[in-house]
Amino acid sequence: MKIDITKYMTTVATFALAGGLAANAAAAETLTVYTAVEAEDLAKYAAAFNSHHPDIEIKWVRDSTGIVTAKLLAEKDNPQADVVWGLAGTSLILLKGEGMLEPYAPNGVKELDPKFVDSEVPPSWVGMDAWVASVCVNIPEAEAAGLPMPASWKDLTKPVYKDQVIMPNPASSGTGFLDVSSWLQMFGEEGGWAYMDGLHANIARYTHSGSKPCKLAAAGEIPIGISFAFRGAKSKAAGAPLEIVVPSEGVGWDMEAAAIIKGTDAMDSAKKLMDFIVTKEANEMYNAGYAVVAYPGVAKPVEHFPEGLVDAMIDNDFDFAAKNRKSILAEWQKRYDSKSEAK
Amino acid sequence: MTDATLNPVSNRGPRARFNLEAWVMRGGIAIAGLFLIVAVILPLYAMLSKSFEDKDGAFIGLTNYVAYFDTPSLSYSISNSLTVSIVATIIVITLAFAYAYAITRTCMRFKGFFRLVALVPILAPSLLPGISFIYMFGKKGFMRELLMGEPIYGFIGIVLGSSFWTFPHALLIMITALSLSDARLYEAAEALRASKLRTFFTVTLPGAKYGVISAIFVVFTLVITDFGVPKVIGGQYSVLATDIYKQVIGQQNFQMGAVVSVMLLIPAVLAFTVDRLVQRRQVALLSARAVPYAPKPSRGRDIGALIFCSVMAGMLLLVLGVAAYASLVKFWPYNLSLGFTHYNFEIMDGGGWGAWFNSMKMAGLTALIGTTLVFTVAYLVEKGQDARFGRVVIQAMAMVPLAVPGMVLGLAYIFFFNNPANPLNGIYATMAILVLSTVAHFYTVAHLTAVTALKQIDGEFESVSSSLKVPFWTTFRRVTVPVCQPAIFSMAVYLFMNAMTTVSAVVFLYSPDTNLASVAVMNMDDAGDIAPAAAMAMMIVYTNLTVVLIYGLLSRLVEKRTQAWRQR
Repeated sequence: MKIDITKYMTTVATFALAGGLAANAAAAETLTVYTAVEAEDLAKYAAAFNSHHPDIEIKWVRDSTGIVTAKLLAEKDNPQADVVWGLAGTSLILLKGEGMLEPYAPNGVKELDPKFVDSEVPPSWVGMDAWVASVCVNIPEAEAAGLPMPASWKDLTKPVYKDQVIMPNPASSGTGFLDVSSWLQMFGEEGGWAYMDGLHANIARYTHSGSKPCKLAAAGEIPIGISFAFRGAKSKAAGAPLEIVVPSEGVGWDMEAAAIIKGTDAMDSAKKLMDFIVTKEANEMYNAGYAVVAYPGVAKPVEHFPEGLVDAMIDNDFDFAAKNRKSILAEWQKRYDSKSEAK
Repeated sequence: MTDATLNPVSNRGPRARFNLEAWVMRGGIAIAGLFLIVAVILPLYAMLSKSFEDKDGAFIGLTNYVAYFDTPSLSYSISNSLTVSIVATIIVITLAFAYAYAITRTCMRFKGFFRLVALVPILAPSLLPGISFIYMFGKKGFMRELLMGEPIYGFIGIVLGSSFWTFPHALLIMITALSLSDARLYEAAEALRASKLRTFFTVTLPGAKYGVISAIFVVFTLVITDFGVPKVIGGQYSVLATDIYKQVIGQQNFQMGAVVSVMLLIPAVLAFTVDRLVQRRQVALLSARAVPYAPKPSRGRDIGALIFCSVMAGMLLLVLGVAAYASLVKFWPYNLSLGFTHYNFEIMDGGGWGAWFNSMKMAGLTALIGTTLVFTVAYLVEKGQDARFGRVVIQAMAMVPLAVPGMVLGLAYIFFFNNPANPLNGIYATMAILVLSTVAHFYTVAHLTAVTALKQIDGEFESVSSSLKVPFWTTFRRVTVPVCQPAIFSMAVYLFMNAMTTVSAVVFLYSPDTNLASVAVMNMDDAGDIAPAAAMAMMIVYTNLTVVLIYGLLSRLVEKRTQAWRQR
């Protein structure tokens, strides 16, 4: 057999050409949407939107809150995203401060609880739901290690929990950040850092994502994972022997919110998406995992959610969180970063 | 020009032909040189210069480096990286030497089998051992007692995982080194009544010296530049490769990422240079009069070798087997029933099954384009008659990628190709940049394979063709390519498998349209979905295994036809 090199080359050229053509064909109506929503929900969200607008394709870019925020900030001069759908409210307040959001009042935004909408008119961002901190405790693992069930944040600093707790890195994870921000608000600045010093002594590892501590607790890799309620409920539904603890001092929370990125070249589609995001239908969809949503009267209790969670939500000062995000993270990294997982 | 007139070969052809042929040849060499400059040299330059700039691109000298050494959590990683690399190198070199010794110098049974099994880690991304270790040595791991209470996350995990995936690389070098030896030296040692131990230290070890040194540097470089193992199992133990990622992806601090890259580039380049210098001193070990060494049976030694190799092979297969098992267990460790739920990648991070298809496409294109390109360039360099200086420069540039860590190359590509002023800016965030970076990343080994094969072909072919007025491209097509077919095939398989498993360079370059399977493994593990990560890692293993099997069958078929001339 002899190999015909010209034929070989032609094949290569055909491949390259086919690749180019395929790329062109996909250039219809696409929206690049940055998100920190749980990966397993993305297809559902896109499908719900596409049932109204089948002509607009959503291209998801998903990562943890901190990563998406850092990415958006880094791309400030050359934005790649058209819309942000499902990113921490704190981050969006921050982006608004940087002048990166396009104000737009979606059709029907008046129906939403005003707490969930940017107070300026027209609003730069609209909220979707609240996600709330919780502690996932693996019951058999905690028993095996002889650990009492923690009832409060302060409990977690007791020596008995040494190396038994995992929490997310606030620099990368929105859940991690809302924890840190809530401790600083509840215990005061000095008390907050003193609390974290104590907690740090018990932390086995800081993870990149906010869901991972609970998933690790669900798999028995660690007895206690500081995470958020929705993740715990999902793992419990999957059969994990978890107890979802609501610490008695109160729990931090943040809202998931949406906004149009200034400079998008798909403004019409972006507005259509924003209109959908505030609908009752969309809010019912958020309610599958979040006990508190922006559309009043929609919320139904979520299965496996701990009792008293909504009442335990602290009176969150978002402006404090957004304004001090950078300095809080810098301080946190200086104090604790050597224990952090890569990223 | 003087080159051409002095050249007896080209003088024989008619004037007109000579001009065209020389033009094509020089044009080819120029294009090859330009390619390597764009794909390797310029990006590295962009990366280096970035480390001396601030966020707005102004030159600030060593300020970034001062900041780096002022941040203990960053500079601490240098000693961490060196520690794990040195410890893993010592372990791997010892084990690989013993394993290679058993294969080459004993009469142990099942040598072929052990040789094959030892290569298994090559099929898997380096993320895989980390995932397996969670199931083996994690809190609920079935072998956790072996660690005596020490956590697997961190130093131990990185060393174990690195040892797993670098083992075959060290082994292949050691087998080559131990295969060549002169039986007369052993006869002399025996005649002088040297003890077995003494013979080992005075004959065996010195004979394999260059192989061992080479293996040491290869393993050290592989471990220190690896990203997959520390990413999954590194815990709080930070190393340089993960720091680059943390800075670039986690904090979008590209300048600091560039500084850490330089820190990682230094040991890699040093190891590479020292190895090259040492190898230069190697003299031919086997003279024409050498008698190849053939081991004689020795019961105790052979049984010992068999036991050792069985344990080693068992451990390698166990790590792979655990990942396969982990991908099937429904809810570790509370529901051990098996199923394929974790293969439903659509509900996970990482891009779903599309990522796997993208990886197939990327690996296929890398193999096809990479092999064509690398072989053609190697041909021009090796058999070219003209542009001597150009060929020497290309030869040197072709060696550079071996010393450049994948993380560094990937970051360099961001700096170079994401610059709006770059006319090639259009390939950023496309499949093309993934293929380009992967070809560049694995260029050197493919190049060396091609050069070795080409050196085996006598230059007379070119002379004869030329005197028969046949242009070089016809000779290339009708003689060179068919004769080198085994090498071309193995280059293609090498590029394909590495494109499937690599994470380091592409982790900075993939886009939502071009998710890759290997990157998906990492992203799923990051989100805590460890079982689906194991499932995707196993998909990569199965894919590579299939390719290797097809390659084995195909090369047998083709070899019968094209390589018949090798038999007399």
